[in-house]
Amino acid sequence: MIAAAYSTPSVLVFATSALLILAGAIGVIAVKNPVHAALCLILTLFGVAVAFVAQSADFLAAVQIIVYAGAIVVLFLFVIMFLGVDRREHIHFEPLVGQRAFAAVGVAITVGGLIALMAKSHWVSGATSVTTKLSSGGGNVRELGTAVFTTYLFAFEATAALLIIAVVGAVLLARRERPPSGEEA
Amino acid sequence: MNVPAAWYLILAAGLFGIGAFGLLTRRSALIMFMCIELMLNAVNLTFVTFSRTLNDISGQAIVFFVMVVAAAEVTIGLGIVVSVFRRRSSTSVDELSELKG
Repeated sequence: MIAAAYSTPSVLVFATSALLILAGAIGVIAVKNPVHAALCLILTLFGVAVAFVAQSADFLAAVQIIVYAGAIVVLFLFVIMFLGVDRREHIHFEPLVGQRAFAAVGVAITVGGLIALMAKSHWVSGATSVTTKLSSGGGNVRELGTAVFTTYLFAFEATAALLIIAVVGAVLLARRERPPSGEEA
Repeated sequence: MNVPAAWYLILAAGLFGIGAFGLLTRRSALIMFMCIELMLNAVNLTFVTFSRTLNDISGQAIVFFVMVVAAAEVTIGLGIVVSVFRRRSSTSVDELSELKG
């Protein structure tokens, strides 16, 4: 845990990703305009993608940019503009007295306890390389694909069903009820 | 040598905390969804860190599934927000109080 044992580029990459992640996250919860919050969310997602690349999760970094920043945030922005809710929320108005203080205390206890527990147990414990080694040659995409289509095949098929259900549910939710044409309407 | 896993784990814990605080304090349903995304990303970051440290691909495979579930969750959640907005002309969760005793 002593510094100077780590190469300067990896420290710089970590600092960059940490800056992007924390600045974006604080922006999401602090800005008043929902459009700005969505843009801050992109900042955080990009920082997480940088952290993924730094830890040799190349495929997940690409998916992070394409799916999260490309699809999910665009969906957020689309709904914000579709509903026209880009007016500002009164962020300093507090309907429940002491809500912020209780939330801050609860979050501090949770995060502090989490970090204390991890530090006590030497951060990472457990058996190494149970499924497949990370660097067995052939690249990250091939290894991840092999794991998803062999070990996790059932879960993969279940996500296919989940996505179909989500699409059908979204269409049903967003459908406008039309009065039956012609009959007593 | 890469930076130790502890740095990334602390960063992810901080990101999770910020997301949880936002979820507990903001009242716009859209912002609350964004905070849930922050928390999911924090968990993804820990999974990737454990995957790197334990030299095991399973962590990354699980992150893949978390991303799929997050996409489905956002789709359904925003559908609910849109249909609530049609009725109430607001996305504030404080105004949804019909079930209050």
